[in-house]
Amino acid sequence: MRVAARRHDGHHRTPAYLKGKHGTVTRVHSSFLNPETHAYGKDGLPEQPLYLVSFPQSNIWPEYGGGAADRLYVDVFEHWLEETE
Amino acid sequence: MSSHDEHDHDHPHEALTNSEEPAAAARVRALVDLLVEKGVVGRDDVRQRIDWLVSRSPSDGARLVARAWVDPEFRQRLLADTRAAAFELDLDPGPSPVVVALENTEAVHHMVVCTLCSCYPKALLGPPPDWYKDLPYRSRAVSEPRAVLEEFGVQLDDDVELRVVDSTADIRYLVLPRRPSGTERMTEEELAQLVTRDSMIGVATPVVPPTVRT
Repeated sequence: MRVAARRHDGHHRTPAYLKGKHGTVTRVHSSFLNPETHAYGKDGLPEQPLYLVSFPQSNIWPEYGGGAADRLYVDVFEHWLEETE
Repeated sequence: MSSHDEHDHDHPHEALTNSEEPAAAARVRALVDLLVEKGVVGRDDVRQRIDWLVSRSPSDGARLVARAWVDPEFRQRLLADTRAAAFELDLDPGPSPVVVALENTEAVHHMVVCTLCSCYPKALLGPPPDWYKDLPYRSRAVSEPRAVLEEFGVQLDDDVELRVVDSTADIRYLVLPRRPSGTERMTEEELAQLVTRDSMIGVATPVVPPTVRT
């Protein structure tokens, strides 16, 4: 899948460095209140499924100098994920 | 003419805080005052929460790790459901609904960061270290983690897969470090002494003091 590249001006939990990057879902957590509304005093419903997504470091940082197998694992909410082939 | 112009400027003007109070402390105080005034929290709630936080310590996390080192079945349960495993040892895994333990092996090393703020398994590790909350660690841990590890004194072989876990949301991560060699005769209590806070963040490895090597 790919992390949506869209801009979001309010509070959200998708780090800028991941936007538009391709990764693989490695774990399905449960669902949690949506921080994008919950942070503003709303109920945060509906809850959003949260996934642990893994990215090869070289996908994120072209200049990455570590091991070839090194990966980043980041929790990303479902509404920030786009399916890819 | 305002009074401001009527005195000599032989002294620096103070910032809009009480004496030497740092800006962050002043901001927190103002926030608490406002939340109390609006009835969102009570002063007692804030005090109780701080009391709870400072009463937590990495020795709780260390007990989980030591048990996992001596009991393979417990290790499996810890990796499958860290919260339930904490309850087994009468530990308080905290209000966060999900804690996930990440197992380091010969082939895989985990380290944890929160790039967006400072998410941390406080219930099992106590308050996070200052460097964990500072921008240099939060940015460099994802972009050049091996250099960061070297600064902490950890040299990973090139063929070890380094997994940096960025806890951006509701999950709190705790690293289950590898049991050091030479500890086969140590008791669970002795092993727990080897497990440091930093080793459960993944920026250090447990080391056996020479005096207890068997």
